[in-house]
Amino acid sequence: MTSPYPLLSIVGIVIVALTIAASLIYVERRLLALWQDRYGPNRTGPFGLLQVVADSIKIFMKEDWVPPFVDKPVFILAPAVIFVTVLMSFAVLPVAPGIIVSDLNIGVLFFLAMSSLGVYSVVLAGWSSDNKYALMGGMRAAAQMLSYEVFMGLSLMGVVILAGSFSLPAIVEAQKKIWFVVPQFPGFVLFLIAGFAETRRIPFDLSEAESELVAGYHSEYSGMKFGMFFVGEYMGVTLISAAISVLFFGGWLGPVLPGVLWFLIKTFFFIAFFILVRAALPRPRFDQLMSWGWKVMLPIALANVLLAGAAVQLWR
Amino acid sequence: MFSMLRTIWYVFLHAFQKRITVQYPEEKPYLAPRYRGRIVLTRDPDGGERCVACNLCAVACPVGCIALQATEDEHGRRYPEFFRINFSRCIFCGYCEEACPTYAIQLTPDFEMGEFHRKNLVYEKEDLLIDGQGKRHGYNFWRVAGVQIGGKDKGEAEHESAPVDVHSLLP
Repeated sequence: MTSPYPLLSIVGIVIVALTIAASLIYVERRLLALWQDRYGPNRTGPFGLLQVVADSIKIFMKEDWVPPFVDKPVFILAPAVIFVTVLMSFAVLPVAPGIIVSDLNIGVLFFLAMSSLGVYSVVLAGWSSDNKYALMGGMRAAAQMLSYEVFMGLSLMGVVILAGSFSLPAIVEAQKKIWFVVPQFPGFVLFLIAGFAETRRIPFDLSEAESELVAGYHSEYSGMKFGMFFVGEYMGVTLISAAISVLFFGGWLGPVLPGVLWFLIKTFFFIAFFILVRAALPRPRFDQLMSWGWKVMLPIALANVLLAGAAVQLWR
Repeated sequence: MFSMLRTIWYVFLHAFQKRITVQYPEEKPYLAPRYRGRIVLTRDPDGGERCVACNLCAVACPVGCIALQATEDEHGRRYPEFFRINFSRCIFCGYCEEACPTYAIQLTPDFEMGEFHRKNLVYEKEDLLIDGQGKRHGYNFWRVAGVQIGGKDKGEAEHESAPVDVHSLLP
């Protein structure tokens, strides 16, 4: 199943992904305000919708300063890496039947690989900044990635076993009878938690950790380079939400409404959930985070794969 | 784990609660009558300036934002030649109001003093003086003080008896 208009899908997906990521600046602030009994930005334009425009104009006008002590090429490259890797992951996400950039038969693996590569951006940014706080943020990101990437991959194996394919459109098609969130509920929870760690959002934003590390890996960044990290984070949230809806909630499948709309509704639901969790949960200590990843999540993920495999074997 | 889910649920329920933000320019907050805002200089019931330029407010001011120069008119009444408050320094502590012996300087419930130029925050006497008596009605310093001024000799103030003639106090 390939797209009838490949170029159109590419441009459309890139534009929509970027627009959603940019508008998340506004959506996140309004939703956080809603859950904290505030209003959030509501002055610029109707309902404060022009806040996105105002923010982007502001961040483009800011001085793009490179400190003299940094490792210049790496410092400049790092923000681009997070952006590129997340956009690459969008290539394998099926929005609707036929609307996909590239239907790889190893789509899940490609998605996992690209979203994990994003951590290089953080590590390199922390390393090249030549700043102890930035370095600690980068190191934390690396350790976090190591411990959470393992069960992130394993949590999807149950889905792959059930669908019998690594291709994301095939996985969506396999959910025609029942969404994989029902038979693969542990996998869904694990992937959700790993997704939080993957996007480095609260409660797993230890690499940023304003209260401990100034601003973590992007302490030394300013202007649009900082903006790239920011938009990269929001794109990551969009990506993980879209992936959850594709892998566990049947992607474009749904009654009455067109597939694209169903996909967007499901994605936005999980984006809102990401923001809700940010409003609700505190940040764990670093050793708690690590021991959770290795001692709790990994065994659960392994047991889940084992049970899923056994169940599928018995079924046949 | 359960407590985390409960937390998330409780935070979600906040979506249906009333927002506590006061939408300021459209919705004015309630200011108490004793709110310490813009400083004014009041007048006595006869319309004269209450300020006697004693400099106590300038001394009490912790940030030194009050400047004044005392002078006297032809009746011997002290009054400030100029009276200047730099509101870009003022911290609205109200010590000047406490220090004032004549209830001249008072703080009012008004805080909307935004300016585009800092020098516009320096208020002169004309800007500070108001026509009314502020929070203290009916008080006139010169009518109760024992000071001799033009038109009022010693002993002619309210609740004051005439000065004793020491030469008549012979044994």
